[in-house]
Amino acid sequence: METEKEKELLQLKEVTIRFAGDSGDGMQLTGTQFSETTAWVGNDLNTLPDYPAEIRAPAGTIYGVSGFQLHFSSEDIHTPGDQPDVLVAMNPAALKKNLPELKKGGMIIVNSDSFDIKNLNLAHYESNPLEDGTLDGYQVYQVPISSLTANALEGVKLSPKEVSRAKNFFALGLMYWLFNRPIDNTVKWIHEKFAKNPEYIEGNEKALRAGYNFGEMTELFTARYTVEPAKLPKGTYRSISGNEATALGFLAASVKSGLPLFLGSYPITPASEIIQYLSTYKNFGVKTFQAEDEIAGITTAIGASFAGNLAITSTSGPGLALKTEAIGLAVMTELPLVIIDVQRGGPSTGLPTKTEQADLLQAVCGRNGEAPVAVVAAATPSDCFNMAIEASRIAIKYMTPVILLTDGYIANGSEPWKIPHVNELPDIPVKFRTEKEGFYPYLRDENLARPWAIPGTPGLEHRIGGLEKSDIYGNVSYDPDNHHKMITLRAKKIKNIENDIPLLEVEGESSGELLVVGWGGTYGAIKEAVNKARAQGYKVSQAHFRYLNPFPKNTEQVLKSFRKVLIPEINLGQLARLIKSEFLIDVQQFNVVRGLPLRVADIVDQIIKTLGGNNGK
Amino acid sequence: MANNVEVKEIKYTAKDFASDQEVRWCPGCGDYSILAQVQRTFPEIIDRPKENIVWVSGIGCSSRFPYYMNTYGFHGIHGRAPAIATGVKLANPNLSVWVASGDGDLLSIGGNHFIHACRKNIDLKILMFNNRIYGLTKGQYSPTSEKGKITKTTPYGSVDYPFNPPMLALGAEASFIARSIDRHPKHLQEMIRRAGLHKGTAFIEIFQNCNIFNDGAFSLLTEKDTKDDHVLELVHGQPMIFGKNKDKGIKLDGMTPMVVDLTTGKYSKDDLWVHDEFDPNPARTAILAMFDETPGFPTPIGVFRQITKETYDEGLFRQIEEVKKKKGEGDLEKILFSGNVWEVN
Ligand SMILES: Cc1ncc(C[n+]2csc(CCOP(=O)(O)OP(=O)(O)O)c2C)c(N)n1
Ligand code: SF4
Repeated sequence: METEKEKELLQLKEVTIRFAGDSGDGMQLTGTQFSETTAWVGNDLNTLPDYPAEIRAPAGTIYGVSGFQLHFSSEDIHTPGDQPDVLVAMNPAALKKNLPELKKGGMIIVNSDSFDIKNLNLAHYESNPLEDGTLDGYQVYQVPISSLTANALEGVKLSPKEVSRAKNFFALGLMYWLFNRPIDNTVKWIHEKFAKNPEYIEGNEKALRAGYNFGEMTELFTARYTVEPAKLPKGTYRSISGNEATALGFLAASVKSGLPLFLGSYPITPASEIIQYLSTYKNFGVKTFQAEDEIAGITTAIGASFAGNLAITSTSGPGLALKTEAIGLAVMTELPLVIIDVQRGGPSTGLPTKTEQADLLQAVCGRNGEAPVAVVAAATPSDCFNMAIEASRIAIKYMTPVILLTDGYIANGSEPWKIPHVNELPDIPVKFRTEKEGFYPYLRDENLARPWAIPGTPGLEHRIGGLEKSDIYGNVSYDPDNHHKMITLRAKKIKNIENDIPLLEVEGESSGELLVVGWGGTYGAIKEAVNKARAQGYKVSQAHFRYLNPFPKNTEQVLKSFRKVLIPEINLGQLARLIKSEFLIDVQQFNVVRGLPLRVADIVDQIIKTLGGNNGK
Repeated sequence: MANNVEVKEIKYTAKDFASDQEVRWCPGCGDYSILAQVQRTFPEIIDRPKENIVWVSGIGCSSRFPYYMNTYGFHGIHGRAPAIATGVKLANPNLSVWVASGDGDLLSIGGNHFIHACRKNIDLKILMFNNRIYGLTKGQYSPTSEKGKITKTTPYGSVDYPFNPPMLALGAEASFIARSIDRHPKHLQEMIRRAGLHKGTAFIEIFQNCNIFNDGAFSLLTEKDTKDDHVLELVHGQPMIFGKNKDKGIKLDGMTPMVVDLTTGKYSKDDLWVHDEFDPNPARTAILAMFDETPGFPTPIGVFRQITKETYDEGLFRQIEEVKKKKGEGDLEKILFSGNVWEVN
């Protein structure tokens, strides 16, 4: 935290807070509510929910710790922050797990009630860290959150367990006070959420207010902090997560194309929310089909596409692997289809609740035969909205499957989003073939797309499928030259999309010493690192891919305008491999695969290293 | 129909359903008869212009079926026909959606999709061509091959037990279950007709001779001198009688079925089990399905069961209408600008 003036209400430019507690402590809720309110008061923000794969890991254990980090600022920010300034620890395990990442001298607020022998043992503490000097050098605030909550809720008709559960609202109230945020938003939320349980409303609201008032009354805190609203472009804003933005993007694509939306999907972390959100839009005619597995998810979508719906299927890495054969079918039948892969840690079941960028090669290459598909990736939570629309547009225009890559970090993370008006969104033109005259199933238009002739159209009865088809006529064909021709045509069709997507933009000087290149959800971390390095005088620019197959038309020219190219990725160099093989240029790699977003400081170090000390300044 | 002003008289013939593609099954394959019976029946059962018919298949000899029908067709991937067909039906519920599949395709790789289509009661007509072998991959045993079956992958005989398809469909609560035989054209036509008129998942198991890899698998049921003693034709409301001289019957003793001789005078027609297709209780249907595994019992063909319940597609569109009524037509602008919004000036 950088303080500007020393007085009662301290002005800060930015703060990173991490809420941490047991997975049953409601930390995700606390974090989300704090984010919503923070967005609402006008800060820029970025979040990182981090929770265990087990729904209820044994209480008090280190592996059961659930965390939610948020970074908010009066300036433009792009990451959830490398290291928290403030740690709210609801139990010893949460303290143990998160202390190493807290900034030196940072603030710690602990629920002192939970530091009993049992919990200390579960967290493998040999002595009480609140007493043994472990926390020297930090600003530690011991607050008996459990007992204060219990006192506040005396007389409310809730079981002791329910009372204990309300302590996260106490902690939230206290943090609202400490960071000078209003509680009204959360009060409203409590009333809506628990409309059917008046006792829950009473209990949670009381706990929230008690936390807030405790801040005011206690002598523990001598100062409060405030972060001024960020200077964002004029407009109407809301806070949005990547998965919600993806769902809204498809809803918008459905409205803008006039096609009913069909989603065939099988639940998988961290993609399930997409089907959950879309299931609520039945009044838009949205059809969400929870299938028996991923294969049924995608094949129902292929059937729906054949019959004329805007068809999509959502999944994460292991599910994408199962969909492989069906994606090939969509390639052969040349039907529009969007496949969303919210990447998570792999291989196999890997790290289900953690983030990674290691499905790029699977998306671009992972099929039998020459089976090219378009691949796009969202850069930030709100960009998921744009890329969902883009993926739909490309799929329909080129009659092709499109893979949309997002990842666990941007899917769960949120940021303020300047909401577009419906009339500002591009229309997605659709032309179903209806004229009988001159119809052939594999006739191609100027984009090499074949006609979309849907069942129900008189006179256009035809048969398609996964067997190779003869050019134009679409009959089954084993002719060797025809096969070569069709393989080439399908590849060319995808390559042609490069004429229809934005050029690769360079942020910073357009040529020079070093270009840092990324793709997908690492945008924010790379941007912040590049900005920091530039502020220190290093000559470095950034380019970020949102279109990965095909690459933007100017890619080679952009890359070759720099002496060095650095590619940071949360994998072992998948984009680097594609770039090297396609453009035959040397690139430097920076790869850290920890299930977490890249750290800004690490990328800055790497930039400096790549530039060779002062080189490039 | 009285209020329907635009009743279009559709008159089709079998020929209208034949595509211009050359049919390429082995000469003598039972699939030809199935294709012919479908084409013959369709003019009678198709209540909508033929551009509204879609045939979907998986992979296998039988799955080439859609190419030969002059309707919309989709030749999918192995086992996935029911799922693809589900997507077609849900995208446009006005379509009449038919699935052609093999025993390997539907019950092996596609077993999951098959049971879930039945469970959800999606309005699909599923024709399973059962030759008790993998045809297209040239003769490996299938999930309906009998235990001990010697094939290329089981040179010492298979050790697995086969699926009993009607039993499987019943377990998944399919709303229509029937069985017929390629060499019994009139009967097969009747089953296709009945399936076509049913609303919900209609499953027909069709015994089909693969004369290349499993010739004669059903000869007891198809050869002149044996068929009458081995086939029981189920007819709703009729007692179960079979045999060359209609001399045998099925009697239910509690829940135990017995084959009884009608010539000794001990039992008469009136003692026999009367077939009830519409029996909502699956117990008796299960007994019928198990005949195949009981030595001395005939193989039933006909409609095992037909019940009425809301189809998945009906449920889905009903729900969409209900939500529209409750919430009003979707308004994208409103959705985008909902939640905690704030202005930056
Ligand atoms: C994913 C996949 N696995 C395996 C195959 C190979 N395969 C094609 S058809 C078939 C079995 C077909 O048997 P059945 O469904 O009984 O049909 P039939 O050919 O007998 O009509 C197999 C194993 C395939 N095409 N795709
Ligand atoms: S292999 Fe058997 S099932 Fe396949 S076409 Fe030939 S006879 Fe028919």
